[in-house]
Amino acid sequence: MHSSQLITELERILSKDRLVTDVETLRPYECDGLSAYRELPVAVAIPSEISQISAILKFCMSHEIPVVARGAGTSLSGGAKPLKEGIVLSLARFNKILEIDPANRIARVQPGVRNISISEAAAPFGLYYAPDPSSQIACTIGGNVAENAGGVHCLKYGLTVHNVLKVDVVLANGEQISLGSAGLDWPGYDCLALLNGSEGLLGIVTEVTVRLLPKPTSAQVILAAFDDIGTAGNAVGSIIASGILPAGLEMMDNLAIRATEDFIACGYPIEAASILLCELDGPLSDVTQQVEQVQNLLISEGATEIRVSQSEDDRLRLWSGRKSAFPAVGRISPDYYCIDGTIPRYRLASILRSIYSLSREYELAVANVFHAGDGNLHPLILYDASKPGELQKTEELGGKILELCIRAGGTITGEHGVGVEKLNQMCIQFSEAEIAQFHALKRAFDPKGILNPGKAIPSLARCAELNGMHVHNGALSFPDLERF
Amino acid sequence: MIDLSQSLSDAICEAESSLTLLRIVGSDTKHFLGRQPIGEPIDVSKHAGIISYEPTELSLTVKCGSLISDIQEEINRSGQQLPFEPPNYNSEASIGGTIACGLSGPARPYAGSLRDFLLGITCINGRGEILRFGGQVMKNVAGYDAARLMAGAMGTLGLILDASFKVLPVPQKERTQIYDVDEKTAISWMNKLGGKPLPITGTCFFENELRIRLSGTEASVTSAVKEIGGTEDPNAEKFWIELREQKLPFFENANILWRIIVPPAVDPLKLPGKSLIEWGGGLRWLARYPHEDDSVYRLSEKLGGHATKFRGGDRSEEVEHPLSQQMFTLHHNLKLAFDPAGILNPGRLYREL
Repeated sequence: MHSSQLITELERILSKDRLVTDVETLRPYECDGLSAYRELPVAVAIPSEISQISAILKFCMSHEIPVVARGAGTSLSGGAKPLKEGIVLSLARFNKILEIDPANRIARVQPGVRNISISEAAAPFGLYYAPDPSSQIACTIGGNVAENAGGVHCLKYGLTVHNVLKVDVVLANGEQISLGSAGLDWPGYDCLALLNGSEGLLGIVTEVTVRLLPKPTSAQVILAAFDDIGTAGNAVGSIIASGILPAGLEMMDNLAIRATEDFIACGYPIEAASILLCELDGPLSDVTQQVEQVQNLLISEGATEIRVSQSEDDRLRLWSGRKSAFPAVGRISPDYYCIDGTIPRYRLASILRSIYSLSREYELAVANVFHAGDGNLHPLILYDASKPGELQKTEELGGKILELCIRAGGTITGEHGVGVEKLNQMCIQFSEAEIAQFHALKRAFDPKGILNPGKAIPSLARCAELNGMHVHNGALSFPDLERF
Repeated sequence: MIDLSQSLSDAICEAESSLTLLRIVGSDTKHFLGRQPIGEPIDVSKHAGIISYEPTELSLTVKCGSLISDIQEEINRSGQQLPFEPPNYNSEASIGGTIACGLSGPARPYAGSLRDFLLGITCINGRGEILRFGGQVMKNVAGYDAARLMAGAMGTLGLILDASFKVLPVPQKERTQIYDVDEKTAISWMNKLGGKPLPITGTCFFENELRIRLSGTEASVTSAVKEIGGTEDPNAEKFWIELREQKLPFFENANILWRIIVPPAVDPLKLPGKSLIEWGGGLRWLARYPHEDDSVYRLSEKLGGHATKFRGGDRSEEVEHPLSQQMFTLHHNLKLAFDPAGILNPGRLYREL
């Protein structure tokens, strides 16, 4: 369909002020948090009624026009990157908290509500929404569902999928459907789990019911410095083995520590090879006891310095460094590229050694920030996009790191999603039959493939070509990697 | 350790080409659940054993035929447990069947459900293809979450070969307090306490007795007891096991045993028959309900929940909560996507799936 014709049709559904079509106003929509990939859509539709979403999808389905849903556009994998022939469906107008139900400890919210607003609205009842991705002041709950967002407290409190009870969805054919329930389970298949992390490929979320948790009475954080990153890795294993479940367990390497300290001067020890941040929360008696236990453990594991937060301000200050690690790294390099692989924790030291050696080989510095508790690694590759070929080199290095993660028994993405950037690695992590099964599953929801097509799941042709290429080059890059 | 993956895959391929209907059987402890099984039995009980268990990773990978009781014994040795507290049905229930039925015990509202702790699954779809979804790590968003889709699907989408779970430490101390209250007070109380940061891991109300289980460190349990009062139940351990296994006298001679899920703070249902409440009010068991009509389905739906005929009654009829036409279409499409010939546990969940 010609774009002017498409716009005319959309104008039948939406008033002109709910439709963005001129290049200048379209510009802010051309990318999401993964700004290396950009594209202008034909139009951005900003509906305010579910019936309008329904009508738009019906129309797009009948004309096979791609639709990319967008919340706050904070995706780090290009999940909200527009498609040239398609439209962007912005959920920005769906920004109301519909209900906080303290008796049942649930909140009903529209998809455009920001993550942190839910906890703010629940706070008067002593409740909060647990998943706290670092973009929580900006990212929306609809996007959190699409990406199955995590955060620094996942080990104890789970991901989005563990904290969402129900989603109302408009399917590609315009039909409205509810998945999950306000109760503790639901009849039939777990379609709710499928929607979480589906990257906008299965349906448009129009309402989300989340579980609220009572706020823990107390929380303390311990900072431990190590002169060797492997020793720090072992300490993480010992904490877990001792039967303690920390609320958060984070690690940073020297480059990340230095960048952060330069940025906000939160008092991190800049000589340390790595630091661990271990948060314990719960009843005061538990926290006091566990802080002591963890301190002793860290000392016996070889920590060179230990600090324990003595007040809430102190706790927030210790966290502030970790939470500003990304922008801090952004200051020391014109550009950085964030990787999101997950590995079994005990492989940490060897994986980091391999990352450092790849970093030398590619002559690109890598700072490491790590959700140590749940094995989610965020190497940040520092590069300069204005240097010809450097982005390409960076992406190649990123791909190599992800392949290391798969080889270690991990995964290519822990919380940022596949989007447009990890399609090639999907071909390595999954067999052809598994990719085909994903496509069949997609067709069960969206037979014509209009929702965010080309993202998240690679085409079989792409995988065939890629795997062929690997072999053609003489040898597979990881001959010992199982390829099912 | 015996590995039957290939022979099971071959058997499904063969069944697909000859359109032979298959009934997946592990320890066969849950034949009473779902609609009556039909088809040729395909035995998975010998595909058993722990593939990997790393206490410091909090992760466990087991073959489908492994018994829940054997798994618990092994991980208890490292001070860990399956936090969703699944029933083990006379120590005979297997993990594969438990996943397929999506069964969680009394800790479910507090610790999480079976699917919450599921990290990954290897399964065989209706084409005989061996597929792995999810993984062994806590966080994994590569591809659709087809692993969790298998939980509660009653084997209609795939034969589960092995699964990885997140495990958690066993709490140091457990204690149960009893209160003599009426149903309405019990429901309101369970929910009020559920909104406080207390180490509650189980709640049950039956015949004017409310039980609240606390688990955690010695100190936190002691301080919680101070806060919530009540009398200590000296036989608590036995009670929670019998509740988990549906072996309390309440569950005997239930006629049809209804399992009704509602938002937890919903007022007493006031349905004729006997009722037992757990999950903080979120699960209302109903026994000896005298009518054969659909009123339980209608009422639970009106309240924002659903109902299942958990045990008893005519199992050739539908036993799960009726699906809307749109939901049924989606289920049907998913079934076709995984099992196009319709040979895996046909009709076990719903007649037409």
